[in-house]
Amino acid sequence: MKLQRLKAIAKKELIQVWRDPRSLMIVLLMPLMQMALLGYGVSLDIQHVPVCTYDRNGSPQSQDLLKLFEASPYFKIVRDASSYHEVSQALDRGDCKIAIVVPPDFSQHLDTAQATPVQALLDATDDNTASIAMGYAQAVIQTFSAHVQLLRQQATGQPPLKVATQAQSRVWFNEDLESRNFVIPGIVAMVLALVGAQLTSLTLSREWERGTMEVLISTPVTRFELMLGKIAPYFLIGMLDAALCLSIAVFWFQAPFNGAVTTLILTTALFLLVVLGLGYLISAGIRSQVGASQVALLVTMLPTTLLSGFTFPIDQMPAPIRAITFLVHSRYYVTILKSIFLKGSSLLQLGLPILMLVIYAAIIGILATRAFRKTLD
Amino acid sequence: MSAALGEIRISVQNLVKRFGEFTAVNDVSFEARSGEIIGFLGPNGAGKSTVMRILCGLLRPSGGQAWVAGFDVARDPEKVRENIGYMSQKFSLYGDLSVMENLHFFGGIYGVTGARLAQRVQFAVQMAGLEGRETALVSTLSGGWKQRLALGCAVLHEPSILFLDEPTSGVDPASRRKFWELIYQLAAGGVCVIITTHYMDEAEYCNRIALINQGRMVALGSPSELKRRAIHGTIVQVDCDNNGLMLAALEQMPAVREVAPFGAALHMILEDPARDLPVIEAALNARNLRWRGVETIRPTLEDVFVALVSAPPVRDTAA
Repeated sequence: MKLQRLKAIAKKELIQVWRDPRSLMIVLLMPLMQMALLGYGVSLDIQHVPVCTYDRNGSPQSQDLLKLFEASPYFKIVRDASSYHEVSQALDRGDCKIAIVVPPDFSQHLDTAQATPVQALLDATDDNTASIAMGYAQAVIQTFSAHVQLLRQQATGQPPLKVATQAQSRVWFNEDLESRNFVIPGIVAMVLALVGAQLTSLTLSREWERGTMEVLISTPVTRFELMLGKIAPYFLIGMLDAALCLSIAVFWFQAPFNGAVTTLILTTALFLLVVLGLGYLISAGIRSQVGASQVALLVTMLPTTLLSGFTFPIDQMPAPIRAITFLVHSRYYVTILKSIFLKGSSLLQLGLPILMLVIYAAIIGILATRAFRKTLD
Repeated sequence: MSAALGEIRISVQNLVKRFGEFTAVNDVSFEARSGEIIGFLGPNGAGKSTVMRILCGLLRPSGGQAWVAGFDVARDPEKVRENIGYMSQKFSLYGDLSVMENLHFFGGIYGVTGARLAQRVQFAVQMAGLEGRETALVSTLSGGWKQRLALGCAVLHEPSILFLDEPTSGVDPASRRKFWELIYQLAAGGVCVIITTHYMDEAEYCNRIALINQGRMVALGSPSELKRRAIHGTIVQVDCDNNGLMLAALEQMPAVREVAPFGAALHMILEDPARDLPVIEAALNARNLRWRGVETIRPTLEDVFVALVSAPPVRDTAA
């Protein structure tokens, strides 16, 4: 291997990226846009669920209950209906996800200290949102009953009831249970996987398309030099993109960062090598830029979104699917990033996913070197 | 360029290349020496470029053998590549890089460094006539400049063998002439040059010509040699008003050995014009056909090509 040849290729590639608007866009705009879109778009917490209320009782008590809904950050009252017909219309049109109907005898039952039901109607086309909204609604109603209970006890002069045992739970590593805190590191992994593979997927196909490949392969440059020379500049660019995305995650989206920066840099560098190698491998197989870029998108986007544990927990997948996730490179990086961000894990604690990425990088390196042949056959 | 003049640099024996059912190169053999310019002449798709690509190590031969700079192209393509310069049919420089950036890139790839690189780059810039435009993007240059710069890049590492695949297509005549001057200079310095072309006039500049048709080497020799060998008789150019009728009539006459359209006129081959022309003219008159004029001319390579395409291949006898 000759360092001079490697340098010549790396330098040429860097100049070409700098002068190619399409590549520049992938380098600079794509990560920014994806971080913004996904960062704001993907949130598993539910806030401001639209609610339709139907107060058939119209008493101060029923109004107190509905005020609690109004005060909750999880709900937003979009409509105050005056008939069941109106309620079902609002649900049908999708104006609201949940409707709360207070029965006509609500205050009477409360006054006579009887249990009284409150009806909740839910649009379960999105079952996840529906069940979370249901949980929130129950919590609001529970708060209301506790309040009523307290008032009654005070009225009768009894001391408040003591609960015998109570579970005191404390959540570690993501104390606020905010989904954003574990989604944001996942988004960084996804952006890097996408951008990285895009960058290198174009490098060989561009030479084929422009006709420069024929002369390039008539020179003594070796396949290995060509691969390293072409990946090196994108590695630098990728690290800059990674710094950009991680900064956005920490400083803009305020994802809590508890780990060491060196651990983050080392593991990110390793993941980038895997991702860039994968893009190069695709480029070696497909001689058109558009084709290569689309395959790169397909190969990185779907597995990373579905199988990396970024959106769907791997532990809850059926066994065969779980087995497939071991082949998804971003799975390991998502694990690493979440651990560094939320738990502050060290390199040693991340030994297993790091080892898997090293193996991945080695296999991709071998395949990518072999996939490219210096021949026109 | 260390090779002594006249030393064998390329040796090809019974070379065959098949693409599936199609035989692109069929039993081609020849030798080329340092300081020699060999032209591959033939129509598009004849197999000229395929032979060249095999010799550059870009395609694997299906049969036969080829040595370039003493290395087997099938077994040692990397060694071959260190000794050759190649200009492909398509424009092969990086359009989004400047003149200097292209030269430095190829310098880096071929391992040319330091003072030698500076001297070679200067040589290439001068040769291409690009002084003062060193920082221009190559895509902004016109055809002739691009082509001379591509040649400059291909010889930056001073290869002893140079392959040029239709280097002058799409370039204006003045630039073509300049280009050929450069090739003569390189050959005078001992470089073995192989060039493909379908310009017949350009082929006349070569020391030897290999006529290639349908994958076969139909003839190999110097231009004058080929003309002597291929044309038995004298070529007479016929100018007339109706080429079609005239061609049909002449084809039937026993005195006419061969007749073919040539530009706006017809060329026919006669054994003895002084004896045959009056006979032919009389026969034409009988059919109510007449020519505007006849002229005995020296054969061109096109005549040779027409005479040879139906003939069996000829082995290298010139060396």
